[in-house]
Amino acid sequence: MALNLTLRVWRQARPEATGRFETYEATDISEDSSFLEMLDVVNERLSDDGEEPIAFDHDCREGICGSCGVVINGRPHGPLERTTTCQLHMRHFTSGDTITIEPWRASAFPVLRDLVVDRSTLDGIVQAGGYVTAPTGAARDANSILVPKSASDTAMDAAECIGCGACVAACPNGAAQLFTAAKVSHLNLLPQGQPERWSRVSDMVDRMEDYFGSCTNYTECEAACPKGISVDFIAMMNKDYLKARFKDRRRQGQSG
Amino acid sequence: MQPSKSERGVRIPLLRKPGAIPGMWALEFYRSNVGKKAVMAISGIPLLLYVFVHMLGNLKLYQGAEEINAYAEWLRFIAYPGLPEGGAVWALRVVLIVSFALHIHAAVSLTIANRKARPQGYQSKREYAVASYAARTMRWSGVIVGVFVVYHILHFTTGHAHQDFIEHDVYHNMVTAFSSYPVSAVYIVANLLLGLHIYHGAWSLFQSLGWNNRRFNPWRRSFATAFAAIIVIGNISFPIAVLTGIVD
Ligand code: FES
Repeated sequence: MALNLTLRVWRQARPEATGRFETYEATDISEDSSFLEMLDVVNERLSDDGEEPIAFDHDCREGICGSCGVVINGRPHGPLERTTTCQLHMRHFTSGDTITIEPWRASAFPVLRDLVVDRSTLDGIVQAGGYVTAPTGAARDANSILVPKSASDTAMDAAECIGCGACVAACPNGAAQLFTAAKVSHLNLLPQGQPERWSRVSDMVDRMEDYFGSCTNYTECEAACPKGISVDFIAMMNKDYLKARFKDRRRQGQSG
Repeated sequence: MQPSKSERGVRIPLLRKPGAIPGMWALEFYRSNVGKKAVMAISGIPLLLYVFVHMLGNLKLYQGAEEINAYAEWLRFIAYPGLPEGGAVWALRVVLIVSFALHIHAAVSLTIANRKARPQGYQSKREYAVASYAARTMRWSGVIVGVFVVYHILHFTTGHAHQDFIEHDVYHNMVTAFSSYPVSAVYIVANLLLGLHIYHGAWSLFQSLGWNNRRFNPWRRSFATAFAAIIVIGNISFPIAVLTGIVD
């Protein structure tokens, strides 16, 4: 069955330009196409008509890179749980629907063009502390560093974060707590992450707070996350941050 | 210094002034939003304990005039003469005033920062997927309960807002006040909002302080719900008891 849809899409030519919604008729869309493939079809028709195609971010189209992401009818990545925009299929919509498509909204995510936002503030958070300084050298033997099973499982849950920014987009406060907590926790849980454990959490939270809002425990982020990252990680990050502040104080005292 | 331009050359607003406050550990801690949320949670704890004890104490209304007035008298003379009359009560009031001040200051500054962090919302109708009504209305319930507390103090502590106030006659003051429907309505509405505030706050504080453990996480929700319910039921029972003549 083919779908006939009405799209209301945010169009904005440049970061400084004022944007507006444009309405497009998306007719004869295959149910089996993904949301991005639907936009591809619309774009091809726009190009044929000599119009500017709708700009959107995408890369892997298999839900693992975190490039894609638009707000569909008020929900980041659309109505389905644990699903990125590229993995959302048109069969979840009905013919005759009007779909509103907007970019992520946060002051830390300026719109570059149409549905594409600049998410380099997230990269900034990772640069501030999302690394280990231990020399890693060649690949180690599997069990040369012992990791408790529960720690590795939880760290893997955190490491699932693909950095798409849906958590920020979903947060009424424009907070990046879930992203930062996932990135902090996935290293802070592992033995390799211990040397920088306290400076990591301080530095990453500090960088986050330069650009993003704060957490009021709405848990909208968890609901929007295509990887189902739990807000438990936010609590872990808060705990480590509070501890780090006390430890830093001791260190400052020692260095005079 | 943090870049205020992204790698792609787009201006990104800094939400706070850069720069640490060397040597001022407490200020530096409070400068951070995570720190402010911790302050919000910690300052909420004495307030929670207080409303609980306050509600329990008022249950003495059901034991009659003598009991509740004797209880009020006892409160004024805790550790007397080691402490002057009302000493213990004032010590508690100082804790509550400081908690209130910190709680409100943190809430206001976080709200201002959060508005800046998301200047533009979405055009589509549905903005919330899971956030509870209580969570979304914290700022309103907080402001209204704050105003109510001022009224409540003028009403029952100082007597300025009371028509027929007799100092130290708690029983008389409560019964005459709650005989009025509008006054009772104010108390009932304010306590329902207090319950809403506690329903989110008493859960949220665990997250803000990082008290998270898969074994007790489900209990955090139950605790907050039960706490809110107990406070609301206890407190609104007083005006209802007076209005229905159970207490007169
Ligand atoms: S395009 Fe890679 S996650 Fe959607």
